[in-house]
Amino acid sequence: MIFSISWRNIWRNKVRSLVIITAVALGICAGVFSTAFMKGMMDQRIRQAISTEISHIQIHRQGYRQESSLQLYMNESPAVVEQIKKINHVKGASQRIIIQSMVSSAETSSGVKIAGIYPENEQNVTNLSTKIVEGKYFEGVPRNPVVIGKKLAEKLNVKLHSKIVITLQDMDKNITAGAFRIAGLFETPNSTYDKMSVFVRYNDLSRLLNLPEGASHEIAILVDDNEMVSSVQDEVKALVADYEVLNWKEISPEMGYITEVMDMYMYIFIIIILLALLFGIINTMLMVILERVKEIGMLLAVGMNKLRVFTMIVVETVQLSLVGGVAGMVVGSLISKYFETHAINLSRWAKGYSQLGYDTMVYCNLESEMIINITILVILTGIIAAIYPAYKALKYDPAEALRME
Amino acid sequence: MSIIEIKNLTKIYDGSGFEVKAVNGINLSFEKGEFAAIVGPSGSGKTTLLNMLGGLDHPTSGEVIVDGQNIWKLKSRKLTDFRLYNIGFVFQAYNLIPVLTAKENVEFIMHLQGRSKKERDSRTRELMQAVGLEERMNSRPSKLSGGQQQRVAVARALASKPKFILADEPTANLDSKSTETLLDIMEHLNKEEDITFIFSTHDARVVKKARRVITIEDGKVKSDEVR
Repeated sequence: MIFSISWRNIWRNKVRSLVIITAVALGICAGVFSTAFMKGMMDQRIRQAISTEISHIQIHRQGYRQESSLQLYMNESPAVVEQIKKINHVKGASQRIIIQSMVSSAETSSGVKIAGIYPENEQNVTNLSTKIVEGKYFEGVPRNPVVIGKKLAEKLNVKLHSKIVITLQDMDKNITAGAFRIAGLFETPNSTYDKMSVFVRYNDLSRLLNLPEGASHEIAILVDDNEMVSSVQDEVKALVADYEVLNWKEISPEMGYITEVMDMYMYIFIIIILLALLFGIINTMLMVILERVKEIGMLLAVGMNKLRVFTMIVVETVQLSLVGGVAGMVVGSLISKYFETHAINLSRWAKGYSQLGYDTMVYCNLESEMIINITILVILTGIIAAIYPAYKALKYDPAEALRME
Repeated sequence: MSIIEIKNLTKIYDGSGFEVKAVNGINLSFEKGEFAAIVGPSGSGKTTLLNMLGGLDHPTSGEVIVDGQNIWKLKSRKLTDFRLYNIGFVFQAYNLIPVLTAKENVEFIMHLQGRSKKERDSRTRELMQAVGLEERMNSRPSKLSGGQQQRVAVARALASKPKFILADEPTANLDSKSTETLLDIMEHLNKEEDITFIFSTHDARVVKKARRVITIEDGKVKSDEVR
């Protein structure tokens, strides 16, 4: 009966209740949408980083990541790659030669990271081939093809099929250079990556560097299920015990932290919204109590104990908050669901976003866990908001309350 | 045998620099089945006496003994339960719960007592019939006249099967016809169910019906007349 009384009490003053319900609904709707939007943006960034830049797992020789030395290569990597491909849930594996070098055009030069790859293997690991915006993925150029970012091409002032020179230090520490012709230009949402990354064929780079056959600095692995990364990593570790086998969170910890930090930010954001609403709800409930002093006096007089009166006020406050909360969540979820399939275009701010590696077309990502947590937070807000008004109500002496007009 | 005994009951209100003796050393006792009116002019201490009798207003000194137990010795929670199981209240302003129907208002007390739905239903029907409002069971208080609301309040007071009913100026807001009907109902219930009714009133119509009239002036019993 307490639930029924509390529920009906909410609708005694419809306008007042609707004002606070609307405020809660708008706050929660904004919170849900912002959370889904940010979550979508972060997930896209991580997906993009995994599929274009770092893959799920990387293998290096011990110490390579700290020194980036040409000499720290792994032997017989093609055989290792073939063995890795046989592991369950491995979608693809690709060995790479990685060097930091200088690339020059007729006009200017730029420091870059050069990756010598097997294009056909790399296609199974990264989505570079799908990011080609001009030319073809290592096709159309018979000798020494190179694929560079469109941003780097602009910086070097070169076009498709232009010649660029890569200058590097070989295994014998001699400075050497190779001329390459641009077969394709790629463009990813990460403009920094586009300016810094150059891809050539494994054999072309290996020849220039005088690397032993089968040597590589990095083996990148893509897994078909995010949940399986850790188990695949364990199997790979067992296979190449002498090498360093790291997953994407270990390779790029900031990527791993993005989700945690963003989740924390989102909850702080929601809590700030709820805190603001808390005072609105307290104000409404104080008005309610003030209006019902005589009624509370009657309830206490006829034998309703203080715990029940307290519960009645708490239930009413929670119901009031939940009506707004649920309405806000429904509307916020519907909006977020719509934008899960219809991208929000942030191209107006594209420069800033792409420099940070974010896609300018953002798809929301609404998680059910988030909805559950927001519901719990709304209920908690209702309970907290009820405490002071309920305490005020319980301070009344029944005889004194009954005398009040 | 008396069910209520009041011994040397006193209530002093502290004003700024002065004291007001609202009730001044009253001694009274009530037998089961009485239909008594406490009368007196405004400010004579009727309501204060009734509140102390009902466990609502703490006396400055004295005792209220119900069935051999001094109710003011009870802890707050026990006193609330005592009111719930032993006393029925009828207030001047009806004080029904506006969001509940007449039936639900009557049921409410039994709900607090934890009685079964079956028991609640049958008792509510019986009481609504007794106060002549069986047809208006599903109406909310706002849809009932003042007299009807007060009849619902009487039914609510009786719902808990109390030892006695305290009615604070129950007819003050009613017209003559409603007053007459209400008094007839209460008199009937008093005789039929052997329920003790104690009123505070200055309404001559109530005084006329009462079988015992206690007159209070300046917080003291001036006369106690049994008819």
